[in-house]
Amino acid sequence: MSTLTEAPPPLAPAAPEKKPPRKRGRFTPYWLLLPGMLWLVVFFALPMIYQASTSVQTGSLEEGYKVTWHFVTYWNALSEYWPQFLRSVFYAAAATVLCLLLGYPLAYLIAFRAGRWKNLLMILVIAPFFTSFLIRTLAWKTILADNGPVVHALNSLHILDLTNFLGWTAGDRVLATPLAVVCGLTYNFLPFMILPLYTSLERIDGRLHEAAGDLYAKPWTTFRKVTFPLSMPGVVSGTLLTFIPAAGDYVNAELLGSTDTRMIGNVIQTQFLRILDYPTAAALSFILMAAILAMVTIYIRRSGTEDLV
Amino acid sequence: MTTPDNSGDVRLSGISKTYDNGFTAVQPLDLTVPQGSFFALLGASGCGKTTTLRMIAGLEEPSSGTVRLGDQDVTHLPPYKRPVNTVFQSYALFPHLDIFENVAFGLRRRGIKSVKKQVEEMLELVQLGEQARKKPHQLSGGQQQRVAVARALINHPKVLLLDEPLGALDLKLRRQMQLELKRIQTEVGITFVHVTHDQEEAMTMADTVAVMNAGRVEQLGSPSDLYENPQTTFVANFLGTSNLIEAEVDTKNGDDIVLKAGGGKLVLPEARCSAPTTAGGKVLVGIRPEKISLTHADDAGEIPAGRNRLTGRIADASFIGVSTQYVIDSPVCDELSVYVQNVERDGRLVPGAEVVLHWSPAHTFGLDAAQDIDAGTEEEAAA
Repeated sequence: MSTLTEAPPPLAPAAPEKKPPRKRGRFTPYWLLLPGMLWLVVFFALPMIYQASTSVQTGSLEEGYKVTWHFVTYWNALSEYWPQFLRSVFYAAAATVLCLLLGYPLAYLIAFRAGRWKNLLMILVIAPFFTSFLIRTLAWKTILADNGPVVHALNSLHILDLTNFLGWTAGDRVLATPLAVVCGLTYNFLPFMILPLYTSLERIDGRLHEAAGDLYAKPWTTFRKVTFPLSMPGVVSGTLLTFIPAAGDYVNAELLGSTDTRMIGNVIQTQFLRILDYPTAAALSFILMAAILAMVTIYIRRSGTEDLV
Repeated sequence: MTTPDNSGDVRLSGISKTYDNGFTAVQPLDLTVPQGSFFALLGASGCGKTTTLRMIAGLEEPSSGTVRLGDQDVTHLPPYKRPVNTVFQSYALFPHLDIFENVAFGLRRRGIKSVKKQVEEMLELVQLGEQARKKPHQLSGGQQQRVAVARALINHPKVLLLDEPLGALDLKLRRQMQLELKRIQTEVGITFVHVTHDQEEAMTMADTVAVMNAGRVEQLGSPSDLYENPQTTFVANFLGTSNLIEAEVDTKNGDDIVLKAGGGKLVLPEARCSAPTTAGGKVLVGIRPEKISLTHADDAGEIPAGRNRLTGRIADASFIGVSTQYVIDSPVCDELSVYVQNVERDGRLVPGAEVVLHWSPAHTFGLDAAQDIDAGTEEEAAA
């Protein structure tokens, strides 16, 4: 055997074959999108188009409806029902603020202080979803009943005098007043506020609190300057998830309110199902949608959450 | 180096920390860090060094004892009332604030209105003037680390606490930042208390190192003192590598102790032995690998008299570049490490060769044989 003076050359690597990317691969994303897109087209786009065309039709149930580009329906709907629009926005805003005030401390507690109770508390937050929305709202009718303990307690504490004075309640009762509707909305949408708040609070690194304390921030300052700004994504998504459905809600106003607390959702429901004035109902739906879209856009722009990490 | 101002002294007396679950992270501990010194708490993870630091910062309430800064008792003050600042492990920069505002945070909280000049100067000191308007996530690890230092230092704390500040950096950057931190400390003259598990980092940077193990300070001293005169097996093994050989005290000869190990005799200066030395008692003889010379058994006659000797056979040799590291099996002790500088390499020193290990008795140290001979080695391997 001859002595090796040279290390044997490594096995030649297989020549890199430059295959063009396979065609099937390129279309994979679109195939994956297809079911969702189909769903959206059938259950979102088509109904929207149908409603949009309904809103500019004229006619009657007997003679049938025809598209006549009757945009006046929009103007008429708005001028007749603007109080309900305003009321919807106002109630939804009040409920959103209440949800934030109730939900933030709770989410904060669960995220930072609950320790091993964290999961249990989170289950309790979503527990109401295990029963129907309608049943729960009906239960509120019993809770707020005129001869029930809540009204009795509020009465003896003279709180009802104050709310009567503010116009939130009337005639020593809570049911069938704005207060009851706002309470119902708050109750029903509270989990939608707590969940995103919890998620964004939970993500905050506890060491940031320590760092703020170390840099001379008192606990309250730490909250104002560090915790709250960092929880802004949760605040924004929580308020949106509460405000948007609350503004279009009609169940709470229907079950807990009176004719004086009708929200725009009630009007649309009546127009569609009782009066059978489809064009007006469709127009109202579109106005509501446009209004919410506009408000949400302004809100997101102003809160500047895109800056947050 | 003593200054009349001692307000930057950190004096811990009898502080301990026991958590609610019964785990004692720090045993009662007395420690004084003099003003203006660079002090390192060194230990493996879970040894209580970070807890000690957090008690100085006020982030952890001691279970007993007091924390004093100078003459001020701060034991029960919340962190925001203490004149200390911390550089956190992984920095804890505020992600929603830019670099400028991160650095200005402490000044603003103390109600200082015109922060611009100070912040800019501080950013210059850490060479980040250009990055002032960037957000922390746009910076590299090393830059974030400098922001964390600037954010703490701008408050002119009496003491700066550093909790493994270089742990997240790669090796090269870490070496660079070690020098940088040392430079800053010399420049500002503030007391630095530095927590680390990296013995090399502690030794390069600190004036004084306290080696912690299981909630206790094992030994405290200058880096060279700790390295040359370890008092416990943990310190001997955790700082660098030590060869520990079990031996029996034979006789005393003036200032030296003569010991029996295997068939041979070893000499140890009494001053370098931290264990009681009654005749017949056991002692662990320690010698650092780089202090040992290797001679091939054939040349044993050339070894000067008066040196400690052991015989053995080379089990393994690895060429490192500057040195060759040998593992040697000897009748008295398996796996002795020997580092030999690559000045004149003896071609006969290959695995299997019979050799004589010899070193000056002055380099030998003695430890109490009642200790675990391997203490501190596993952690060393894990680090």
